[in-house]
Amino acid sequence: MSLFKHHARIETNALLLTVGIVVTVSVGGLVEVAPLFSIESTIERVEGVRPYSPLEQAGRDIYLREGCYNCHSQMIRPFKDEAERYGHYSLAAESKYDHPFQWGSKRTGPDLARVGGKYASDWHVRHMIDPRSVVPGSVMPGYPHLTRPLDYGDIGTRLKVLRQVGVPYDDAQIEGAAHDLEEQALADPNGAPPPVVARYPKARLGRAVESPENGPVTEMDALVAYLQVLGTMVDFTQVDPALIRR
Amino acid sequence: MASVEKDPVTGRYTTGHEWDGIRELNTPLPRWWILVFWVCVIWSIGYWILMPTWPLLNGYTPGILGYSSRGDLEGEIAAQKTERAVWLNRIESLPAAAVEADPELLTYARAGGRIAFEENCAPCHGIGGVGAFGYPTLADDEWLWGGTIDEIEQTVKFGVRNSNPNTHLSEMPKFGVDGILTPEQIEQVADYVLTVADRAPVASLPGAAIFAENCAVCHGEAGEGNKEIGAPALSNQIWLYASKLGNQTPEIRDAEIRATVIAQVTRPRHGAMPAWSERLGPGTIRMLAVYVHTLGGGR
Repeated sequence: MSLFKHHARIETNALLLTVGIVVTVSVGGLVEVAPLFSIESTIERVEGVRPYSPLEQAGRDIYLREGCYNCHSQMIRPFKDEAERYGHYSLAAESKYDHPFQWGSKRTGPDLARVGGKYASDWHVRHMIDPRSVVPGSVMPGYPHLTRPLDYGDIGTRLKVLRQVGVPYDDAQIEGAAHDLEEQALADPNGAPPPVVARYPKARLGRAVESPENGPVTEMDALVAYLQVLGTMVDFTQVDPALIRR
Repeated sequence: MASVEKDPVTGRYTTGHEWDGIRELNTPLPRWWILVFWVCVIWSIGYWILMPTWPLLNGYTPGILGYSSRGDLEGEIAAQKTERAVWLNRIESLPAAAVEADPELLTYARAGGRIAFEENCAPCHGIGGVGAFGYPTLADDEWLWGGTIDEIEQTVKFGVRNSNPNTHLSEMPKFGVDGILTPEQIEQVADYVLTVADRAPVASLPGAAIFAENCAVCHGEAGEGNKEIGAPALSNQIWLYASKLGNQTPEIRDAEIRATVIAQVTRPRHGAMPAWSERLGPGTIRMLAVYVHTLGGGR
């Protein structure tokens, strides 16, 4: 109790006061945050979540660049109405390879956590170029510039950086990143699945829109490949609800 | 530093702190505040015991009540399912046509179908199925893959040109790009198709023979279409890849349709639709089928 008697000394000494505040706040922070790193139940153990393919990752970078997160969340909360509209609530495991995660905090537009497969790819393209051509009441801006060629010269480096923060890309995936990206974007969706699918299961093959000229891979191809894989990695028919209950 | 002393005005003691001659009264906290504080402390102990609270090394204390927000949701969804089962079980167990024949079920299915339609289908097909450029209108009686209620349900379930094994599949040959027809022949056949669309085909046009040889096998001799393979009827003024009928003059409209036909024959566009059985339950799909079928154009 002697500390309380001498509080005048702490309150009148800037250095002591600072140290005291840091110690107090750290205790609170450590108790709340530190266990999350060791609690095994923080990230659910579900099958299917994999790192993004190079094309999807490039699309994800565009998603960030264009600030899609300002209006779209990627987090279906465990509420009945959200489950009704968007599908199964989001799991921590589903964004474990997201750096940074895109949970978002504002929904001017709908949640996108499970938009993968919900609409045809050509719908996404038209919606991105001119949202009101397909959704008359939409307030989303158009992104017609996304039809320009994708700059993916550094895609291997980007995967490498992600590996440094814990995404388990192996050497072959990093070295073959540009090749995988082209393979996914230029594959025939109706043909035999190319090797990229073995490395990245459920990757959506082919261009976002049938391209007559077979020109270079566009930013639109990448963004749509990313959108089409969102929320599709975990097969919830195979997940035991008791294991993900929190 | 000043010492603790009695303040003559309030009769209370000061804390003994002094800044630039200003002293601080040591007014005790109100009793009600102290009481609430201790009640909260006691409440928190009860909370620790009942609810999940304390993080441990590899888990957390679950609490006696075993509360889980995700578990709660499971319960809510289960309760909702039971509530809806009264209707959905009947809708799922009866053929779609029988659902439509029962006025009570029809009302329920149309209401449920409308909700599902606006969330899942309206982005392409428009509110109320008005359609859009490239996305068929569902409120008219012209159908690509069939307009009976069972055909509609089949299309909703498995979609068009997707990765589902039961999806509708068909592909129009690239007559222009693959060199099957010359650009001149394509223009001729487009001229003929315009007369087919007017339901007054002019057999003497040079395009007539080209049509009979290349197009009629799928689109029909008279351009009536073939719903087995999703070949659109050409003998009407419904065009998938043309703007909506506005106040264009007939000449401008004809020119647009002609350009559309030429573009499609040269390098066809193919629409795609997701297989909704991969996302929605059988009851929802049946309600969607009923809703779409009763929009106005069901066969």
